[in-house]
Amino acid sequence: MDVSKPVVSPLLGRIDRGGWILLGILTAVAIVVPILNLNVPASSPFHVPDFVVGLMGKYLAFALLALSVDLIWGYCGILSLGHGAFFALGGYSMGMYLMRQIGDRGVYQNPNLPDFMVFLDWKELPWYWWGFDFFPFAALMVVLAPGILAFVFGWLTFRSRVTGVYLSIITQALTFALMLAFFRNDMGFGGNNGLTDFKDILGFDLQSQTTRATLFVLSAVAVGLGYLVCRYIVTSRFGLVMMAIRDSESRARFLGYRVELYQVLIFSVSAGLAGIAGALYVPQVGIINPSEFSPANSIEIVVWVALGGRGSLYGAVLGAVLVNYAKTFLTGAFPDIWLFFLGALFVVVTIYLPKGIVGTVPTFDFRRKKSPPPEAAVEEAT
Amino acid sequence: MNAIAAAPEVSDTVLYLQNIHVAFDGFKALNNLSLYVTRNELRAVIGPNGAGKTTMMDVITGKTKPDQGQAFFMGNFDLKRSNEAEIANKGIGRKFQKPTVFEQHTVYENLELALSGVRGVMRALIYSLTKANRARIDEVLEIIALTEHRHQVAGSLSHGQKQWLEIGMLLMQDPELLLVDEPAAGMTDAETEATAVLLKEIAKDHSVVVVEHDMGFVHSLDCRVTVLHDGTVLAEGSMDFVQNDERVIEVYLGR
Amino acid sequence: MTGIKGSFVALILAVSAIWLIAPSQAQAQDFDAQVRALTTGGYSAKARAVTALAATADPRAIPVLEALLEKKLYTRNSDGAVVIAEEKGSVLLLRRAVDLTEIGEASTSDLKSVRVNNRMRRAIRGALGALTLLSTDPAKRRSAAEAVFKAKDAAMVPILDRAIARETDAKIKTIMQKALASTQLTTSKDTEVRVAAVAKLAEFVEQDVQSVIGSILVKNGDGSFVETDVKVRAAASVALERMESTLASYRMIGDLFRGISLGSVLLLAAVGLAITFGVMGVINMAHGEMLMLGAYTTFVIQNLFKSYMPSAFDYSLTVAVPMAFLVAGAVGVAMERGIIRHLYGRPLETLLATWGISLILRQFVRSIFGPTNREVGNPEWMSGGIELVGGVVLTYNRIWIIVFSLLVLGALVLVLRYTAFGLQMRARLLFCRMASTMGIRTNWVDALTFGLGSGIAGMAGVALSQVDNVGPNLGQAYIVDSFMVVVFGGVGNLWGTLVGAFSLGIINKFLEPFAGAVLGKILVLIVIILFIQKRPRGLFALKGRAVEN
Repeated sequence: MDVSKPVVSPLLGRIDRGGWILLGILTAVAIVVPILNLNVPASSPFHVPDFVVGLMGKYLAFALLALSVDLIWGYCGILSLGHGAFFALGGYSMGMYLMRQIGDRGVYQNPNLPDFMVFLDWKELPWYWWGFDFFPFAALMVVLAPGILAFVFGWLTFRSRVTGVYLSIITQALTFALMLAFFRNDMGFGGNNGLTDFKDILGFDLQSQTTRATLFVLSAVAVGLGYLVCRYIVTSRFGLVMMAIRDSESRARFLGYRVELYQVLIFSVSAGLAGIAGALYVPQVGIINPSEFSPANSIEIVVWVALGGRGSLYGAVLGAVLVNYAKTFLTGAFPDIWLFFLGALFVVVTIYLPKGIVGTVPTFDFRRKKSPPPEAAVEEAT
Repeated sequence: MNAIAAAPEVSDTVLYLQNIHVAFDGFKALNNLSLYVTRNELRAVIGPNGAGKTTMMDVITGKTKPDQGQAFFMGNFDLKRSNEAEIANKGIGRKFQKPTVFEQHTVYENLELALSGVRGVMRALIYSLTKANRARIDEVLEIIALTEHRHQVAGSLSHGQKQWLEIGMLLMQDPELLLVDEPAAGMTDAETEATAVLLKEIAKDHSVVVVEHDMGFVHSLDCRVTVLHDGTVLAEGSMDFVQNDERVIEVYLGR
Repeated sequence: MTGIKGSFVALILAVSAIWLIAPSQAQAQDFDAQVRALTTGGYSAKARAVTALAATADPRAIPVLEALLEKKLYTRNSDGAVVIAEEKGSVLLLRRAVDLTEIGEASTSDLKSVRVNNRMRRAIRGALGALTLLSTDPAKRRSAAEAVFKAKDAAMVPILDRAIARETDAKIKTIMQKALASTQLTTSKDTEVRVAAVAKLAEFVEQDVQSVIGSILVKNGDGSFVETDVKVRAAASVALERMESTLASYRMIGDLFRGISLGSVLLLAAVGLAITFGVMGVINMAHGEMLMLGAYTTFVIQNLFKSYMPSAFDYSLTVAVPMAFLVAGAVGVAMERGIIRHLYGRPLETLLATWGISLILRQFVRSIFGPTNREVGNPEWMSGGIELVGGVVLTYNRIWIIVFSLLVLGALVLVLRYTAFGLQMRARLLFCRMASTMGIRTNWVDALTFGLGSGIAGMAGVALSQVDNVGPNLGQAYIVDSFMVVVFGGVGNLWGTLVGAFSLGIINKFLEPFAGAVLGKILVLIVIILFIQKRPRGLFALKGRAVEN
């Protein structure tokens, strides 16, 4: 009988079977897709066209975003309806770097200012654009911009015990406010049009096949690493406390845990992950604009996780890929159907699949199952 | 009432509540309540519904801030200025009326969470149990008779087992003062008896305040009893003493 | 320019009507000469002729001047007669300018047009204005007075004097006086007349009057004043200061009105939410779509009225309000029975499911009515408004919405307080489980509560259709704001909702002039986030143990 756990559990020991399968698929995809794209001639039926590589890269960025939401919602009970904001902030950080890389190749050929600033008749670069010429700085901001915002916001809200639906509403207001702000031209982030017309990244042409394949591989790696980080957190004592907070916040407090610190920290980590997802997304789709902040986007992320099954991590990845594939397919083939489908998905998943695909379809459920908790115990009201 | 107005020697007082007032939208939940609990004392608090028992617990554990009055723990630790986590870490453990365990965690994990010491966020990220920790968990598992259920999800335990698990969590916390709200509710007679024995055992080196409805159970605790009514202390003394108090009889039987 | 013929008819009517001051034979001779003067000499001579013609106050001058303005005044090459030419097929139909009698047809080569420049056009417009000052049609006199005010031509002073003396309508009279004073101020040479004019003008607290007086204080490039008369300058600056402070207070009234108006819209949008959120703890993300359904119901009802009972169009809203309540309420009940009741105790899931419903409803409306905004009309009694001095207009539709929102809130309070259903609802709010053990059929109370909240949102949609665009995304524009109202005001408390809605509306509108609409909105959101710090449960929170579980 396994009476006690090993004293130190190494990282690999913490990965469940679903996790291993996820990592396996990611590895396979990261190897096979670029080969089929770069080395197999376009005439071959096995050739993967460029646009498919781009599409899959986008799905992977969304998968990482879904992981970040599952980390806080599935394990800590924090339903953020504003995670799109952190994603977009990461994306804007990357976009600002890519903008600076354009240099004097813009329409106005101004070596010091991005096109939209020239258009607005600005004379010099605003201070918050300083440093974005330098990739390491931009990369740091990808994590820090959303992370710090999440920290400040989380500190204000969690400290005053704003949780549950209140928190959800406030996060929605946050992303709504940011959307309004980024739509303004004088914010200095390109207003309506956002940032686009990128040329290259770290000197590599963004349009070239190899750069795009590399970005794809990097996205797969990022999802893999993101999974490992999340998995480490949720299997640590920290994760145990997180889930305790999710199930009974007040009990955790009476045990002496400073709940708000756990919440703020995990919220910030999650926001940072979302930021990385945004940074991977932007070079692959070639644009970032304020509509990424729209509240509707953020809620859509939640349904990816809900469909896949929250609280398993790999379920979030599964959900993100499935929903986005459906979106690509439906918006192309039956554009009118898409919103009906998405709307129905929200309803069906919450009522009939509360545990998502992973928790409902036995084939997908690799979590070490203990005897299931009784129904009444699953949710603690409000 | 005069009998209890004089506070016992401060050095021995673990819990000191003086003239506490709490009102909710005009309703006086606690009205000039004073209560002193000494070191290693077992104290039972009884009273009809709405007498203020749970509100008193809330005040002690920092969930509710009193409008007036003084509340100190271990001499000079001001309960009014501290939040739940600080109070818990200072050494007050609480068992709720409705058994509140982490339903989706295993019994073992519940005890692990309650383990005293590790509360910081950064340490939680890298902490793993020491041999001593494990030994202590095993020991508590024995005490609460859940060794066989250690890997079972807490939500699947019976009501009585959950009560015991929660008491076990209190033991893991190893607090100076234990607040135990209706520990015998939903238990069989045998379990109730065992619980009384356990609490008396715990009270040998802890202060314990037990809120209870079950008079038989309070009898078997054989300790000093405080009767609350309308948010204030109606009587205090041995079980026999309060049972013969006219006002207590009136409150309990007169309606 | 559809109504050339029509305007001619009107003019002739006007002409015959003012025949009271009929010209004598000598004047007729005179008039001929003055019309001829329009066609000869340089531009400045012609401009003088225009003014002189206007000064006759002869109504016959009107069609002549109009023709001149529209480049339809010609001289005939054959005899030099001044004619007004109207295109008729390939040829031009001629009328004699002085009496409008038809005198045959001609082609363009037979005629020589009378050329005008911009200065003349200004003069013509002013002159026309002056002439129509004497019209019998009040609307014409009014617009004429406004035109004269803008033209500020010294030649108009005598006509103005005459018009003011004749004028019976007080409103038009003040406009004429305004025009007279501003003309005197800009054209007179007499200091006393001008100072008096400034004083007179100062009585009219309006933006355009302000700029007339302000023009007195304009400086040249070298810092000296354009106006050399010190007394006039002093009078102007005193008047301007006084006007500025009056205008500022009127602007504040305007802001307050707009704030209250926005607040009433928010109140309507949020009060239904306060019920479903406050009483049932359900976050209904489809609440905005209930507003939208109400607005589209109005659209449909109005169209039915247009096709079957166009004469009763003004009453369409009285039908739309109950219909919107029923439509949205029915959808609400269906939502509760079909979806939400499966999710009680799982607020976050409810939020997601209702969001799904919101998506479906939006797409549904888009599929049926199209993605573009639909036109919803204001009935007669809701258009227009009370005009305050200083350009502040309290529009009737917004006033009605304020009244309507308060009526709805009042009705709701009565329902909650005095009906059995209200009692059951409040019981449900406080003791969910106990209510069901007491035999209150919480199922139906829940469904009806949800229907009530949704129905109120539907009625709010009718109101919104009067001030906002009716499109599939109507609801989305209000949902975040309504949640903020509920969070700000405190859950489960209608007074909180009332105070929350009006404070947010007023704060918003007062911030707008300083911060701009968007930044103002952002600031409000930030304020709320910070406010939540101090009062996590809102302004008027319920306290105690009932709320905590």
